[in-house]
This record gives sequence, structure tokens and C-alpha cells, in this order.
Amino acid sequence: MKNELARRLGALVVATLLLALVPLATSDYALHIAIQILLWGFVYTAWSLMGKFGLVSLGHGAFLGIGAYASPLLWNYAGLTPWLGIPIGILAAMLLALIIGYPCFRLRVVGHYFALVTLALSQVALLTIVAARDITGGSLGMTPKAVGHSWYALQFPEKPYFYAIALAVWVFGILIWHFVDIGKGRAALDAIAEDEGAAAAIGVDVMREKLRVTLASAALTAFGGALLSQYFMYVNPDTLSGIGVSLQIVFAAIAGGMYSALGPTAGGLFTIALPEILRVTMGTNFVGAANTIYGALLVIFIIFMPRGVIGLIESRLAAAPARKISKEPAA
Amino acid sequence: MDIYLFEAIINGILLGGVLALLALGLNLIFGVIDVVWICYAELVMCGMYMIFWLHSFFGWPILLASFAAILGVAGLGVLLHLLVISPILGSAPINQLLATGGMLFFLQSLATLLFGTDFRNIGVRLPLIELGDIFISYSRLLAFGTALIGAVALYLFLSRTYLGIAMRAIAQDREIMGLMGVDQRRVYLITSAVGGALAGLAACLLVLQYDVHPFIGLSFGPITFMICVLGGLGNMIGGFIAAFVMSQIIAVGGYYFSIEISYVLAFVFFIVLMFIRPQGLLAR
Amino acid sequence: MAADQNGQRSLGEGAMLTLCNISAGYGSFRALFDVSLEVGAGEAIGVVGPNGAGKSTLMRVISGMLRASSGELVFEGRPLTHVPAHRIVEAGIAHVPEHRRLFARLTVEENLRIGAFLPQARRHYVERSEWVYALFPRLLERRRQLAGTLSGGEQQMVAIGRALMSKPKLLLMDEPSAGLAPLVVDQVFDLVRRIREEGYTVLIVEQNLQQVLDVVDRAYLLEVGRIRLSGLSAELKKNPAIRKAYIGL
Repeated sequence: MKNELARRLGALVVATLLLALVPLATSDYALHIAIQILLWGFVYTAWSLMGKFGLVSLGHGAFLGIGAYASPLLWNYAGLTPWLGIPIGILAAMLLALIIGYPCFRLRVVGHYFALVTLALSQVALLTIVAARDITGGSLGMTPKAVGHSWYALQFPEKPYFYAIALAVWVFGILIWHFVDIGKGRAALDAIAEDEGAAAAIGVDVMREKLRVTLASAALTAFGGALLSQYFMYVNPDTLSGIGVSLQIVFAAIAGGMYSALGPTAGGLFTIALPEILRVTMGTNFVGAANTIYGALLVIFIIFMPRGVIGLIESRLAAAPARKISKEPAA
Repeated sequence: MDIYLFEAIINGILLGGVLALLALGLNLIFGVIDVVWICYAELVMCGMYMIFWLHSFFGWPILLASFAAILGVAGLGVLLHLLVISPILGSAPINQLLATGGMLFFLQSLATLLFGTDFRNIGVRLPLIELGDIFISYSRLLAFGTALIGAVALYLFLSRTYLGIAMRAIAQDREIMGLMGVDQRRVYLITSAVGGALAGLAACLLVLQYDVHPFIGLSFGPITFMICVLGGLGNMIGGFIAAFVMSQIIAVGGYYFSIEISYVLAFVFFIVLMFIRPQGLLAR
Repeated sequence: MAADQNGQRSLGEGAMLTLCNISAGYGSFRALFDVSLEVGAGEAIGVVGPNGAGKSTLMRVISGMLRASSGELVFEGRPLTHVPAHRIVEAGIAHVPEHRRLFARLTVEENLRIGAFLPQARRHYVERSEWVYALFPRLLERRRQLAGTLSGGEQQMVAIGRALMSKPKLLLMDEPSAGLAPLVVDQVFDLVRRIREEGYTVLIVEQNLQQVLDVVDRAYLLEVGRIRLSGLSAELKKNPAIRKAYIGL
């Protein structure tokens, strides 16, 4: 276990150092893309914490939206620094996760039911934001009051600052992923994903394990949402909440591979790069095309390679013989 | 009683009819094939565009266009089953749900690509009916009546015909259907077609009341899922009743607050009921 | 062994159903090894053996619920080895599955209607159902009741009735006496006898060796997926090995 941890950490350190060199070499545009990939990769990684144990949430748009809206709202209306606003947003998302998660897990709402309940949740978060249009700006979105370069307001017009933040946060997300993957809860969660009743019978505290991973996932997602709104200096309910975003998160995590540490990030690479490439090569008229392609690819991925791109590469390489091949996604 | 509140209640009942129709289709598919079509409301959207196209561009009479849309969406249902569902029938149920989620994305953005994000309407508006001081939209009444007829027809189909009984049986024991001489794949295809046709019928009714745009599915999809879960997935009667409960909450909530808040209220109600009755209102 | 010699003969000649060297299993687990047997028209044949011998697997192979990994299955001169279950019913084989497997939330009548799902059976639904109700008057009283609410014996009647609705030439019965009280078991074997008298060809799988040997003409003994013995019921009843191992005398 110790060796495994060291090996994983080593790989991560090397990757981080390499990525840290990126700002020295590239343009603002490339940095802009890289920041988005890292931040969304972080969010997708947060989702996969639940997804890989069969807890398929279609409600992460709600957590993302809460995180994204909390700090700009508190900043604009109460003058509260994002250093406090972001934690408040994270706590709010965790509270919501608790309100939804607790009854679902206590009453064994699983599979289809869980997905549909959380799906409704994400749409309700969107509607709430739209309904509170007097303070949130409704579907037009809102902008945090800009103060220029400021640590207090967590606003940096210069890209390298945010790149560093995004990189640090992303590394944090990957660390959490590994922590969950080799932690004590892993076996319990695997058992739950396999057969909840059987897991409970052998003494697994199903409720506690599920809630823990759900709260962690919701918290990280809200954190990602907060950083996305700080970076863009603009929040909009359609891009940061609702079913569309929820499905985009699920798509990216699955396409990249939710059973691999870097899978969700690979999904981020794809979901950010694809629309950019389409925009550059085909112009803005082709605006719906990226989503059309996502949708079609999501279907194709689920049918032909449910373990995602990175999962496929890993199993092809199968380089480390010690690593057991983890099971197919369980319902 | 406040006349406007009364009107809201009546409108709630009328809205319930269409929601019930959608819930019936979704429950039928879930009950028989054991799959949730997340993109069900998007099929309705496709149907609405079909009618819009056939009527506005090709000048088909509205009834003919509606009929074509019902057949067209039934066809889409069959395609969805053949291309997306049947290759993954054996895999984890959640994969099937996500694959249809991908279809939701796909259909939505394809519609954006083809038609843009403009709101379109077929330019047919039916008159209001005046009953004393209350105004009732004729198109809503029509929708309600048709939805009820559709529900009764489905009920008769499921209780009287061999195929209908087989559809109810298949949910109880899939494996032995072959021993009864029932070809499961064929039943699945027919179910997908019927489910699609119900979505097409809903499209005909909704196109008279609402403008079409690529995201209209989101106005009906989530509430339909809540209704189905509330009624117990696959339980048609439960879904039917839940549709009217939810539509009342939306209509009356919309009267007191705003339409968005009313959806939030419906959701809160849903969560509270999940606490009390996790297997749905009419749990067996 | 007799079964092996049967397998050497030209397939299907004279017999209604012929199994030749059938092997089958689940995943990497093999449940049947080169099983051969024959059922002649009008015969009642038993397949007996202990729990886990592969009896139910054998039934599932015949009715197409499970594919044989090798071997051949011929029914009335038609090869049926890789034919899906719903086509096998069409050919005239009906299967009363293990544990009855009724549609518990459908009424008795609806269960019978499902049994008559095939177009050829639908045409004769009325007369067939009258015939089944005459055979089991109990079911006529209960025909609007949900099948799940019936007693074990009544459920077995529905299961048999449902299979008979397709007007099969061959009736497969998988452990019809399992899980029933001794008195009810007697009734079930009476039923089997009556169905025989109606002229049906019956292949019955049972653990209850003594009683089944009273009903059938011939029987095969299946142990760990292989046919160990076969012969006329009267002979098997006298076979000392069988008496010792299965009848407890």
C-alpha cells in the first residue's frame, strides 16, 4: 500500500512539474484553454468519485451552480471576500447533497431512481437561479464586481496566476481521487456497488460510506464551480447549472474513463478542445455541432467502450501486472 | 373562491392530462424493456418540429401533419431501441440510462443546428372557451381529452389484447417469455413504437399550446421523471395519479408565486414524498 | 449403455424427440456431458436424479432457454439445436418450468392467455381454455384471481394449464412436485397421469423417484450431468442400486 502510494505520488509530481512549465512557453490563448481543461478536469474528477462506485448522479449541475453563484453573490451584495464566499458555497452544496443524499441512501434509492432524483435536482437548481432573477440576473447571468488584480477579491486578469491556481486545485483533485482509490473506504464502496444488501450484511456502514463520498464529490464540484466563476468573471445558469451541464460532466468522465485517475481530465481535454477546434475551423455558425458530437459520442462510448479512453489505454498497456483489472461498472 | 385560483386549478387538471400521457409512455417503456428513456421529452420536441415543418413549410393540413408526426416519433422510438438500447440491453441499467442521456444531448443540439434557437410556432391558435367568468383554453381542453382517450386506449390494449398482456407479463418474468412463444425482441420493438407514438401524440397536443425550440424538452422532461418516480417507475396507474398531483402543484404554485418557483415547490414535494414513500405513491 | 447406442442410430428415426450427445453449461461451468435420450410419440419418460444433476439444465436446453454447446436436438425430424425458445414452442414443445414461474400479478385467466400467445393457439383459445378448466375445475372458480394469491397446488395447475394452452405435442415438466405438501404431491402426480391419458407425450424431470416411476413408461437416471442408467420403469424400480440410493429401501 505504501509503495503503491509512493509510485502514484511520484508520477503525479513529475506531471505537475511538467505542467507548471507550460506558462513559460505558451500564449495567453493556450493558457486560457489549459485553465479550462484543468478546472473542468477537476470537476469531472469530483464526479467520478461517485460515478465509479455506481452512484450515477445527474445532479452535479446543482452543486456546480451553487459553488459558482455563492461567492459572486456574496461579493457583490455583502462585500464578502471569496476567501469566505467560496467555503460558504461549498458548505451550501454539501448541505444540499446531505438533504438529497440522506433520504436517498436511507431508503435505498439506487440506480435509475437515484439518477432521476438527481436529474430533477439539477433542473430545480437551474430554475431557482432563474427565478431569483432580481439578484442572480436570471438567465442573462451575472458578473462579480471587478477590482483588477487582487488577492482579496481572488481576481487576476493575468492568466498565469489562474493557471497556477487551476493546476494546484487539479493536483488536489487527483490526490483526493487516489486517496479514495487506495483508502479504506474503497473496499466498502466496491462492495456496496456490487450488492448493497450483502455489503450491509458483512458490516459495511452503507449509509456512512455513501454519504462520505457524496459529500466529498459535491464539495469538490462546488469548489470547481466557484473557481470557474472567479476565472471567467461571469456566471450563467445554462453553462454552470442544469441538466445540460450535468450530462456534460457525466459524458466527460465516462468518455475519458471514470475508473482511471486521469480519465476525467482526458474527458476535460476533449470537451474543451472539441468546441474550440470546431469554432476555429468552422466558425460560430456551427455552434450546436460540438454538443451534437458529444451526444453521439457519449452513446457510442457507452455502447462500445464503457471504461473510457484512458481505461482502454490502460487495459491495452496492462503494463503494471500488480494492478488488478477493476470490474465493469455496476448498477 | 378566487376566480383566478379556480382557473389555475382547472388549468392544472388540463396540464395533468398531457403529463399523464408522457408518464404513461415512459412507464410503459420502463415496465416492458426495463430502460428509462431520459430523452423522452426530446422525442416530443422532435415531434413538434415535425409538425411545424410539415405544416409551415410543406403546407400539410395540421391533422395530417399531426398524424405523420405520431408515426414519425414512433419510428424514432424504434430507431432509438435498435441503435442505442438493444446493443446494451445486457449491460448495467445505468449505462442504458446514460446512453439515452447522450441522445438527449444529441437531439437537443441537432435541433439547434437544424433550426437554430428561435422559438417557432405553427400559427394555429385555438379560441378560448368562456364559462361564466372563467376562460379555458380550447387547445388545453383538447389536449386533456385526447390524453384521456389515449390513456383509456392504452389501458384497453394492455388488458384485452394478447400483446398487451404479454407486455405486462414480461416485466414480471423476462426469462420465461420465450416458453410462452413470445419473441422478446419483437415485443420490445412494438413497445418502443407505442412509447414513441405516445410521445408523438403529446407533441401534437403541445404544439397547439407552446412554441417549439430545441430546449422545450427540459420544460417537460424533468417533471415527467419526477412524476414517474413518484408514481413508482413502471406503475402506470401511480404515474397517472402523480401526474395530476404534480400538475396541480405547478398550476396553483404558479398562481401564487412564479412558474419557476412552482417547479421548485413540486420538487420539494417530491423530495418530501421520497422520504415518506420511497417506492412511490402507490407502492406495492 | 443403452443411451449411447441410441445416439448411434440415425437421428430422429421413430422417436418424437431425440437428443444426441448434448453438452451444455453456464459460462465455464459445464452441467451436461454428452447426454443422449429419446422420447417416442405417446410415451411418458422420466429423467430422475439427485439435486444438481443437471435435470433442469436438460429441460432448458430442450425448450431453447439455454443453448447446447455441442450435440444435436431433433424434434419430429426437425433439427432444433439452435432455435430460439419461442420457435420451439411453435414446433410443439411446451415447458412447465421449475418453480412454476407464474406471472404472479396477472390473473389466472391472463396467465392462460399468455400460454396461448402463438397465433395458432389464439385461434383455439376458447375451446382450449374450456378444456383446461374442465381438467382443473378449481381454476375456473379462481380465474379472476391473481395467480400469486393461489396455493402451491393451484399454482402448479395454472403452470400446467398455461403450458397446455399452446396445444403442445410434447409437454416438458420440471419438478412438478417440488415445494409442495405430500398430499398435494399426490394430486400433482394424478394430474400427470390424467394428462398422459389425454394422449400427451410427457417428459418429466423429478427428484421424487418413487412416485415418478409409477407414472412414466421409461426413465433415465442423470448424475452429475451424465446419463448413468436407463430402462423401463418396472426394471428401474427393481434395480438394487437405485433402490439403495434413491428409494431408501
